[in-house]
Amino acid sequence: MRDFLRKILISKWSKVVVFLLCLSPFVYLAWPLIAFLAWQVEPRRFGANPVEYVQHFTGDWTLRFLLITLSVTPLRKLLNVPDLIRFRRMLGLFAFFYVCLHFLTYIWPDQNFDLHGMWKDVAKRPFVTVGFLGFVLLIPLAITSSKGWIRRLGGNRWQNLHRLIYISGLCGVLHYYWLVKSNHRLPLLYAAILAVLLLYRLGTSLLKPRPQPSPAAAAVQR
Amino acid sequence: MPIRKNSDDLTYADVTPKSVYLSRRQLLRAMGIAGATLVGYKLFNRIAYPAATVKAGAKLNVTVKSPFSTTEKENSFDDVTHYNNFYEFGTDKSDPSRNARNFLTSPWTVSVEGEVRKPAKYSMDDILKLAPLEERIYRHRCVEGWSIVVPWIGYSLNTILKLSEPTEKAKYVAFQSYYQRSQMPLADRSGIELPYVEGLRLDEAMHPLTLLCVGMYGETLPNQDGAPVRMVIPWKYGFKSIKSIVKIKLVKGEPPTTWNIYAPREYGFYSNVNPNVDHPRWSQATERRLGEFLRRKTLMFNGYEDQVASLYNGMDLKKYY
Repeated sequence: MRDFLRKILISKWSKVVVFLLCLSPFVYLAWPLIAFLAWQVEPRRFGANPVEYVQHFTGDWTLRFLLITLSVTPLRKLLNVPDLIRFRRMLGLFAFFYVCLHFLTYIWPDQNFDLHGMWKDVAKRPFVTVGFLGFVLLIPLAITSSKGWIRRLGGNRWQNLHRLIYISGLCGVLHYYWLVKSNHRLPLLYAAILAVLLLYRLGTSLLKPRPQPSPAAAAVQR
Repeated sequence: MPIRKNSDDLTYADVTPKSVYLSRRQLLRAMGIAGATLVGYKLFNRIAYPAATVKAGAKLNVTVKSPFSTTEKENSFDDVTHYNNFYEFGTDKSDPSRNARNFLTSPWTVSVEGEVRKPAKYSMDDILKLAPLEERIYRHRCVEGWSIVVPWIGYSLNTILKLSEPTEKAKYVAFQSYYQRSQMPLADRSGIELPYVEGLRLDEAMHPLTLLCVGMYGETLPNQDGAPVRMVIPWKYGFKSIKSIVKIKLVKGEPPTTWNIYAPREYGFYSNVNPNVDHPRWSQATERRLGEFLRRKTLMFNGYEDQVASLYNGMDLKKYY
């Protein structure tokens, strides 16, 4: 069974499948536009406030991909399937992809590319501040996601840098929590999952203080 | 391969002057931008205004076109019936249109009581006959930063208040929504205390703009929009316009209001639309009119400044938000 799973995970098609799965929310979003442009088909409705719909949709998927990316390491260890590491960069980059779309819905229809207005908003509103911070922190991670950058920075430094995703995740959850008016179930659910994923890391680092070869270095060797 | 003239045949005169080719480029660029904008606009409208499918309410006999109406473009019936904040039926904007479908609104009684000489209980038939029904096209601005234009139907609340003859002690009006958990299974998840309660100062309640609303778009109110009778106070944030009213009580002191109970710092008793006083978590300077792509500037008192500003003379609107 394990061998079978491993075979699937390391096959070259698995990455393609995961890529397409990760892209599917975007396809769902872009589909109405594509269908309309290609065949003049009436697009499906995104409700009375499509801008807000796209905003929430891209925000939701950013958070989901952040949590999925953060669960790769615990799952590798708990389920003993180290090959999951193959997908971590892609998952992280998809989180970045969706946060870029999310940011675009803010800077374009909300702010009309008014950078001055944007800065005022970022400085004044805690919920925008944390959201923006979470986004900005992901930029260096996306840039240094390549194998070349892992080599240049060295595994440990690279890994330390990429721990920024913890802060980014916290920012994202807080951003969501502060946005919601009264029904906090969903933001609290995301917060709980994030807490479990971060506490797992805290636990393992406290239990095993001795230095370990970083999975990033392992990924380079592969 | 493009066909070329022998270069020997060309003279300096054949060279396109710089100004000509530059303007040609500008033209092409302008055409590109115009085309993209047009496509984007049409696409957006297609998505924003899909075909409507809502069961029809009963036609109302509207005899008065109100001078208070705005001439701005009305939102579609579909927008106004599928994008609702009615937490008794779920907290998502699309929830009430689904979950309020079987909400029973008949028989219905509205009690007018408290500091009045003539307390009364009105049936919906009574309410529909108390005064000629007017159509009033109002701007409606939600505290969340979106707005709509709706052709409401009803008459000024002061009609029914005057009938009850408020005493000298009456200084405020307290409203209460219908609440029945068996009809509102999602209400427990709303996060707010129910039944929903709202309130106005008596002079606000007596203001002719303050509408006792029984319909919209020529028909009775759909359930998700607060059937069978609701308030519409167009210069205040939408949550002040309480839905599905069962009780109107005249009282001496400022009555408790639902969102103020939930978060007093965020939602004041007055909650007048004011672009200069931000919600603690977001700006109120702009709003998104449903169906529009970019946000527009929010107007003082939602554009009803001329009519209502005098109600608040001498009041610090930052303090009484």
